[in-house]
Amino acid sequence: MSIAAEFSGGFSTARVFALVKRYIYLLRASWPRLLELVYWPAVQMVTWGFLQAYVMQTSNAVVFGAGIFIGGMLLWDLLFRSQLGFSMSFLEEMWARNMGNLLMSPLRPLEFVAALMVMSLVRLALGLGPVALLAIPFFGFNVFAIGLPLAVFIANLVLFGWAVALVVSGLILRNGIGAEGLAWTIMFIVLPLGCVYYPVAMLPAWLQPISWALPPTAVFEGLRAILSTGAIRPDLMLWAFALNIVYVSVSIVIFLYLLERSRVAGSLVQMGE
Amino acid sequence: MQSSSASAIAVAQLAKSYNGAVAVAGIDFTCAQGEVLGLLGGNGAGKTTTIAMIMGLVTPSAGSVHVLGVDMARERHKVLGRINFESPYVDMPHRLTVRQNLTVFAGLYGVVDVKARIAELASDLDLADVLDRPSGKLSAGQKTRVALAKALINEPELLLLDEPTASLDPDTADWIRTHLEEYRKRRNAAILLASHNMAEVERLCDRVIIMKKGRIADQGVPADLVARYGRANLEEVFLDVARGTELPA
Repeated sequence: MSIAAEFSGGFSTARVFALVKRYIYLLRASWPRLLELVYWPAVQMVTWGFLQAYVMQTSNAVVFGAGIFIGGMLLWDLLFRSQLGFSMSFLEEMWARNMGNLLMSPLRPLEFVAALMVMSLVRLALGLGPVALLAIPFFGFNVFAIGLPLAVFIANLVLFGWAVALVVSGLILRNGIGAEGLAWTIMFIVLPLGCVYYPVAMLPAWLQPISWALPPTAVFEGLRAILSTGAIRPDLMLWAFALNIVYVSVSIVIFLYLLERSRVAGSLVQMGE
Repeated sequence: MQSSSASAIAVAQLAKSYNGAVAVAGIDFTCAQGEVLGLLGGNGAGKTTTIAMIMGLVTPSAGSVHVLGVDMARERHKVLGRINFESPYVDMPHRLTVRQNLTVFAGLYGVVDVKARIAELASDLDLADVLDRPSGKLSAGQKTRVALAKALINEPELLLLDEPTASLDPDTADWIRTHLEEYRKRRNAAILLASHNMAEVERLCDRVIIMKKGRIADQGVPADLVARYGRANLEEVFLDVARGTELPA
């Protein structure tokens, strides 16, 4: 079956929400999974919050006082967890040896992807929502005060997280559960290249075009502009959106291609290492 | 050979190779609606690969598979709601209860009255007492019945079963076979059964295909095969085919 054929023949939201229900059941049945959603973002927030308080005492309070570290941390974690939330739901199927049941059911691959996207949003809301609220009394940083631009930042970061997660999921399908380490580590390349905590200008000149080719770079530059000067940069957000359209489209095609290659290689029958 | 539109399964020149190693070497067979077809063969004979190609989990290297008249290579999604399967190579999510698992699969298969269907299956397969227990905490026999409940959730016209009674005690296995016989009779469903249990195959199957090294080594009605090989039962026929024993003159 060709990749083009996967786009034809209808899309059922009922099937998407049947699968979402499966992940909600799983979260409800496992308190460690729920705790894990909140634990690491909270640890990150406390660490970067204290670091920022220390830097403010010893450096330029105008630059650092605006919450650049803690704001960067919160949005970085949002990016990482949008990818991880998608990948974790996907990996649950691999660990449970349930992938064959799903791929043999009427669930279409794009419906499967849609369910994983919904769960990525659910996991983000459960994990980062409380931590963002805690940052207000702990460190006086209210990320929600950014207003509408925050929604644009979030949308761009989530889209890029999904694009990365789609490629990782395809690689795991094709190469087996032995490739699951990618789900935990691949996004960290964005930490230095996406300039989460420093401006793009800090990178060597030859590396800057590569950095600008990543949508998160525009988001973090936009965040720093708002926090330090109050300037809203729609040009950066449009650039990030344009890039994300390309990244998400290409990643869907790559996912479907790797799924088809898995059928050719027979790796869907041998869902092991 | 029957036409693909009249058959539950129609396989033509079906082949699969992995990096030059032949798993299935160009086989042809059909399974009519309402027929129980046994797929036999030793380990590595190509049974699981054949079933996986019929289900659409593996893309054939050559040949075609039609299921309920639909070309699985081109329009798989049109027929997936009308078939189902049970296999030891897949599992149900362990942390979900039986009821939750069945609810999810009922949703995926578009079952209209989910509660009624689950209640019906729980009654038919004696699952009422375990519906609210986690699927991972069931005995082997209970897990098999739950897997069968999942396989029957959409009342499939074609059921693919790979070792449905492996590792079950004789009583539970007999119980499962009886249920499959009743289901086939009630729904006029076709069943493709891969099994190493020859007594089970003789009891359930109208016809059998014996595979060896990716090819069909022999096929026919079990009683006819037993008579043709001059043996007492299908197990002895299977051993003759597997060991390459010449047919009596």
